[in-house]
Amino acid sequence: MSSQSEKSTKRTLERFHYSTDEVIEKPFNWKQMLRLFSYMKPYSRTLLPVAILGMFLSTAVRLAAPVLIGSYALDHIIENREMSFLAWMTALIAFLYLISYVGNVLRVRYMNRLGQYIIYDLRESLFNHIQKLSHRFFDQRSAGSILVRITNDVNSLQDLFTNGVINLLMDIIMLVGIIVILSIISPELTLAIMIVLPLMFFISTKLRRNIRRSWQDVRLKQSMLNSHLNESIQGIRVTQSFTQERPNIGFFHKINGQNYESWRQATKKSAMFRPFVEMSGAVGTAILLWFGVILIQNNALSVGDFFTFSLFLGMFWEPISRLGQVYNQLLVGMASSERIFEFLDEKPSVPEKENAEELDDIQGGIVLDGVEFAYDSERKAIHHMDLTMKAGETVALVGHTGSGKSTIVNLISRFYDPTAGRVLLDGKDLRDVKLDSLRSQVSIVLQDTFIFSGTIMDNIRFGRPDAEDEECMEAAKTVGADRFIQKLPNGYETEVEERGNILSVGERQLISFARALLADPKILILDEATASIDTETEQLIQRALEKLLQGRTAVMIAHRLSTIRDADTIFVLEHGRILEQGSHSELMNQRGEYFELVRSQFQETSAG
Amino acid sequence: MNTFQKLRHFYWPFKAYFFWSIALLLAVTGFTVAYPVILQFTIDRIILEGNYQWIPYAAIGFFILTMLKGVAVYFHQYLGDLFGIRSVYEIRNSLYEKLQFLPFRYYDNARTGDLMSRLTADVEGFRFFLSFGFAQLINVVMLVFLSLGIMFFYSPSLAFVTLAAMPFLIITVYKFDKKVHPAFKDIRKSFAGLTTKVQENISGMSTVKSLSKENFEMERFGGKNGDYKDKFIHTSNIWSVYFPFMEFIGHICVVVLLGYGGFLVINGDIQPGVLAAFFSLIWFIINPLMNLGFIVNTFSQAKASGERLLEVLEEPQEIADKEGAMEVDQLEGSVQFSNVTHRYAGETEDALKEVSFDAPKGSTIGLIGATGSGKTSVTQLITRFYEPDEGSIFIDGKPIGDYSLKSLRKNTGVVLQESFLFSSSVKDNISYGNPEVDMEQIVDAAKRSDAHAFIMDLPDGYDTVLGERGGGLSGGQKQRIAIARAICMDPGILILDDATSAVDMETEGKIQRAFQEVMKGRTTFIIAHRISSLMHADEILVMDEGKVVERGTHTELLRKNGSYRRIYDLQYKDQYQFLEEAKGGIG
Repeated sequence: MSSQSEKSTKRTLERFHYSTDEVIEKPFNWKQMLRLFSYMKPYSRTLLPVAILGMFLSTAVRLAAPVLIGSYALDHIIENREMSFLAWMTALIAFLYLISYVGNVLRVRYMNRLGQYIIYDLRESLFNHIQKLSHRFFDQRSAGSILVRITNDVNSLQDLFTNGVINLLMDIIMLVGIIVILSIISPELTLAIMIVLPLMFFISTKLRRNIRRSWQDVRLKQSMLNSHLNESIQGIRVTQSFTQERPNIGFFHKINGQNYESWRQATKKSAMFRPFVEMSGAVGTAILLWFGVILIQNNALSVGDFFTFSLFLGMFWEPISRLGQVYNQLLVGMASSERIFEFLDEKPSVPEKENAEELDDIQGGIVLDGVEFAYDSERKAIHHMDLTMKAGETVALVGHTGSGKSTIVNLISRFYDPTAGRVLLDGKDLRDVKLDSLRSQVSIVLQDTFIFSGTIMDNIRFGRPDAEDEECMEAAKTVGADRFIQKLPNGYETEVEERGNILSVGERQLISFARALLADPKILILDEATASIDTETEQLIQRALEKLLQGRTAVMIAHRLSTIRDADTIFVLEHGRILEQGSHSELMNQRGEYFELVRSQFQETSAG
Repeated sequence: MNTFQKLRHFYWPFKAYFFWSIALLLAVTGFTVAYPVILQFTIDRIILEGNYQWIPYAAIGFFILTMLKGVAVYFHQYLGDLFGIRSVYEIRNSLYEKLQFLPFRYYDNARTGDLMSRLTADVEGFRFFLSFGFAQLINVVMLVFLSLGIMFFYSPSLAFVTLAAMPFLIITVYKFDKKVHPAFKDIRKSFAGLTTKVQENISGMSTVKSLSKENFEMERFGGKNGDYKDKFIHTSNIWSVYFPFMEFIGHICVVVLLGYGGFLVINGDIQPGVLAAFFSLIWFIINPLMNLGFIVNTFSQAKASGERLLEVLEEPQEIADKEGAMEVDQLEGSVQFSNVTHRYAGETEDALKEVSFDAPKGSTIGLIGATGSGKTSVTQLITRFYEPDEGSIFIDGKPIGDYSLKSLRKNTGVVLQESFLFSSSVKDNISYGNPEVDMEQIVDAAKRSDAHAFIMDLPDGYDTVLGERGGGLSGGQKQRIAIARAICMDPGILILDDATSAVDMETEGKIQRAFQEVMKGRTTFIIAHRISSLMHADEILVMDEGKVVERGTHTELLRKNGSYRRIYDLQYKDQYQFLEEAKGGIG
């Protein structure tokens, strides 16, 4: 009973579900760190030494200046009252600051350059690697999760490379330097003040970690909020059609409230950070005031030294705080680099052989020889299939969803390799030829054509990037796309948005035909290319097809009889097997599955 | 200021947080400048004058002051943050509510990306100013003036000489900000370009691979990637020129302070402790000034963000319930159009031109015609997503505006060509329009749209949670869930806008048969390209360029030998042949 009611409340509460693909940090891992830093290697003799030199110069001055000002200048001013010494001191310090200025310019400039070069290399190798991965890889992941790795994950390493590494060095030098200098001036006062160091380290690590965790929670809530916002904008037409505005507002108030609450908690914690820093610093200052003055009273310390201490005390916090930050960056970098390396280590599931053959000038005869295929171990998409397509023939694959039509097409273009058997092109096993040379001979026109943002011309040219404008227009004319393109505001130069919003499905299809024609492949595959198009456009496409098919081996997947009937051979598939094969009239005479399929298309009209 | 005035009701109710935060900030500033004063006192009064017995008081006094300062810092920051996030909570709620009710016309021209950036980046920009920017502005002013006051109190001439370089600092900061903000904008823009490129590449991956254009894509990406790198390096170059220079100006002040201050001490004009105090005090002026540009910028950012938020919030909600609109539980479903003319905002041609028809309760109307002929406009007017420019629409004999939007849309089930599903369970997707229905009705709706079988095959059946936009399902499966969703509302009017184009023939047949039953007792509008989908309609309207060019039943229209006949011939020329062949086969 109670579980029932619990379930129903749960249902109304969780109107939408969002999962986030955000791993924020990972424990430290040396091997991965080394791999990450190997990206620095190309620059270890060029940019890196300059950045380190700059850092070294400015750090040295930062350490020297307080000593000169406090222990030397101030003491002389108070005790010797010697004007010339003061003048020399002032000039020296001015000169040092000039050096530090130069050092800073070098550091900032070369550190950033170094960081950016590394990020560029990393991103490029990631992107290029992904281009080489096979369909199987993309089947398993959402576009968003791949995008995040190339953009955000790579970016989150930016800080580590630009600032992290050099700062780490700089801060260690600073800390050690301060302690050494102070110890030389007065070991006992240094020892007394050092009490604050553990305190500062504690705040910098423990408290910071605590704060970081609560911000992670905020980010998670926020990304959920954004997912919902995004979805609710895209689905607004459905929401309004179904009058769900009010319930959605209720849902949003709830997640917005959760976000607010987690944010408030995080703020509560992170507001503690600064006070603790101030207070731990105050402990040190109070010790300095009290114990320092006692030392002065006993003539164990000069006023100038006292002042030097006070200057350095103010400089303690910065390196400690930054060391904590670098540590954070490392943990974030661990998570990001793990995700990046995961992709980089992914092997293409259709690898190219070492001695793969270049295909040129093929005929286009395709043979499936005892082919079996399974997308995953459980379901077999193709059971032991033998199939022959002669060069220059038009072949149609017919069957229900899941009968294996698309799988055959995927095997022919070698997006996947068969689990058993061979796919032969002009008698050569596809696994023995260069992928590039194979794919440049095979073009696919998909059911859902992707239009890239850019001009219409760019989109047609995508079929062959070195094609002239005239050739693109020629191709468009041949497939009958010219007519509607001319009607667009700027003709071929009209900009289309991503996914081609201003074009209808049929128009997009014609553009992809033009693309395919321009690519001039020997083998053409049409995957349900004419599904949801109005009758007149379909006519246009039929005519375009005739032009397109000339002199090529064509494989068509289609539902509509009008597209299939003229094929030289029709294969009727079911559950990954060939049921029937032959020409339209042969199959009609057989009165088998094909006959039934065709009849079902006319069933209603023949009845009426 | 006007922008802040208009957005006032979002943050002003929480003004108490703000004022307390500011009050505490004043205390913080006071405590901050106390340190150099104590230092001066320690050196001059305690050490040099030998009043060593006072030192415990100075040390403890300083410690207590810092503790107080810590408490003040904590509450200042917490309350300031709270002020921002509380206001933003309200703004977000209002924005979301607004977005839920904005008309289709708004969304026709809006881009998801742009709206999202308003809802995220602009909201954040506004919050940052409320939480941080405004208080910091006050802080800078306070700290600078208080430090200046103390310096002049100690030694006007030393203060003057030391701060002589300040105008240079201010000029540098000003120049730096002028250069660095556009540079940052360029970085953001370049990154957006890079993101778009990657996104497009991934979404279009099958197209890229099928045309074997990986290398071409790598090249194009390389350009974007390089551009981002160059923009970034350009910015860091600006940074590397200005930032060390600002620091250098600060150091010049230190050098001048040492030289002139030392001279004054030697001459006995000031005491050494004053000189020591100056070394702290000048950084209280230099550091805030270096940040001033950044802080001022948060203000202009917040103003710009606020304006963009107001654009959304002030968008007119054209289509709303009339005063005293009728709440109707169940509409009968008769629909009448009388001389309806409609033009979409920003278009140059009418989408509908004087369209009239009469759809009695329970009848079926078929709409056929080329893309852009106005079929969908008819249905969007029935659901009052747009309002016609001329003519009137009646439902159950009353003008459409007399009904509340809710009762109108609750009684109209729509299935669109591109079915949008939400990231929630299958069950919740089907019952989206009517969350109260029980499981039985959900299953019944799924069975009728031929979705039950494949839903049961999903890992968690009806409880399976779908990915964004129905991820994991094929186009046909999504379509069938969308159909179930419409059936589940039990509407008096059913609109099927090219609803079966994405499913295969066999399923289409099944759904069509299911529709026959579902349509009983409902007024149904079928938009289709296939004659087989709408041939049984009571009246078929053939649309062309916004006009009804032919109307009648299937048989009547065939006899007319017009455009309907032409479409029919195109679609059915195969059938004759098939029938011939079939006969031939038998004979």
